[in-house]
Amino acid sequence: MTFLNFLISGISLGSIYAIIALGYTMVYGIAKMLNFAHGDVIMVGAYICFYAISRFELPPLVGILLAMIVCMLLGIIIERLAYKPLRSAPSLAVLITAIGVSYFLQNAALLLWTPNPKVFPSVVGDGKVELFGGQLTISHVTIVTIVACVAIMIFLTVFTESTKMGKAMRACSEDKGAAQLMGINVNATISITFAIGSGLAAIAGALLCSAYPTLIPTTGSMPGIKAFTAAVFGGIGSIPGALLGGLLLGVIEIFAKAYISTQLSDAIVFAVLIIVLLVKPAGLLGKQIREKV
Amino acid sequence: MFPKLVPVPSKNMIPERDIDKPLVLECINLGITFGGLQAVENLDLAMGQTEITGLIGPNGAGKTTVFNLLTKVYQPTTGTILLNGKDIQGMDTAHVNREGIARTFQNIRLFSDLTVEENVKVGMDAQMHYNMLSSLLRLPGYWKEEKAAHERALELLSIFNMADLAGVKAGSLPYGAQRRLEIIRALATNPRLLLLDEPAAGMNPSETAELMENIRKIRDTFQIAILLIEHDMNLVMNICEGICVLNFGRVIAKGTPSEIQANPAVIEAYLGKKKEA
Repeated sequence: MTFLNFLISGISLGSIYAIIALGYTMVYGIAKMLNFAHGDVIMVGAYICFYAISRFELPPLVGILLAMIVCMLLGIIIERLAYKPLRSAPSLAVLITAIGVSYFLQNAALLLWTPNPKVFPSVVGDGKVELFGGQLTISHVTIVTIVACVAIMIFLTVFTESTKMGKAMRACSEDKGAAQLMGINVNATISITFAIGSGLAAIAGALLCSAYPTLIPTTGSMPGIKAFTAAVFGGIGSIPGALLGGLLLGVIEIFAKAYISTQLSDAIVFAVLIIVLLVKPAGLLGKQIREKV
Repeated sequence: MFPKLVPVPSKNMIPERDIDKPLVLECINLGITFGGLQAVENLDLAMGQTEITGLIGPNGAGKTTVFNLLTKVYQPTTGTILLNGKDIQGMDTAHVNREGIARTFQNIRLFSDLTVEENVKVGMDAQMHYNMLSSLLRLPGYWKEEKAAHERALELLSIFNMADLAGVKAGSLPYGAQRRLEIIRALATNPRLLLLDEPAAGMNPSETAELMENIRKIRDTFQIAILLIEHDMNLVMNICEGICVLNFGRVIAKGTPSEIQANPAVIEAYLGKKKEA
């Protein structure tokens, strides 16, 4: 039964990683850049949600919606100001800029919201479901997180498969020049991608802080890096890959904590990543790039 | 067989049948330099609304550069491009496409992970207007436009007998089919002027013959102008009404196929100078 408990908390943590990883992977797929500021957008989303619920006493759902809107705008603004001017620059320049944006957001949060930890109120309350006479307990946060992850996954799949914006995104991800020559507005498509990714980050922020309620300006960085790892693990650029990578990473992390060592859990997670990449360099579901000879 | 060419105000020649209609394309003194290299210089070109024109010249003459100028992939250093009488200066590539120029590529650039039908639908993007909300809520507007797009995609595909391949990934199509799909995708954007960059490259003689028929068929069905770059002289001399020869970025000859074939400057550019005996 303890095994099952661990598995469920692993899936729950993994679902949060997966939601964040989806943002990473979509932006990477379309803009071909690693948006290292993504983790800090999560933190901004969590703070907005925190203030909406705790200070302004808005209903949790309204708080999350508000956080999503703010983060979507933030994502679009970051892309326009920091990344768009560098679109034809070497990828290293964009990477460094993304790290810069990440630190900027963290320090802006320090100024605005002080380094004092905030206690985040769970967006779904503290209830839990007990099964098998109390042997297996699943908190509401866990259930909501897993359901949200599945719903987001379905939404993204339907969106990219069957809408014109989704098709435009996939076209841009393959060949921006050709897409533009077919009349696609590449800038708008990239903006939509950043908006979706950042909106997901806001949801992830609210769920993350509901499960782990201490909110500080660096809250987003470690989950951000883990989710990036998850995206690479599953094959960066692939939507199902982000889900699979996120879930596996969460489960491995919880099992490593439970059965091996709490201190070593992160080391174990990254060791598994290295082994997977040695065997499958493009990640689990990543596309192997065939060189034409 | 070929129509008589008549002069238009810019001193270019277009087929007689198009003389009463506005020009689809007019380039005046078009030029671009890359660093110190004059890649295209003083290019004057006019096209009637249903004209098929060939752009030929030795490798490196600047033919693809002309396409890149017309589609605003490159910004011209000098000159003007008028599309249906409208100056396209200041427009970006996507905007020029919506104004009526579509193209194919020398090295195929299909969206290979998308299906054949999706590739065609990408070309229709600018003509579909439903917004994010109606696509998420699946409002009637979404279904109506998606259904219309689906039908039109199949209609376009059936021109080249490709309708049965609609669900296949573009990347897994055989080479000839990929070339045809590129043309269909370009047509899906509703162009007034279609640019074909070496459409017959890599094709065998029977495929080339079929392509010639298809190019004429496209012109007759859609009543559009077609500008094509091609090295296959048989194709060029058979279907182009006007031919423009470039060498080192300059126009060295313009005229009907028979005029071009007899032009000494063209022969020299292709075969080298005749040695004085």
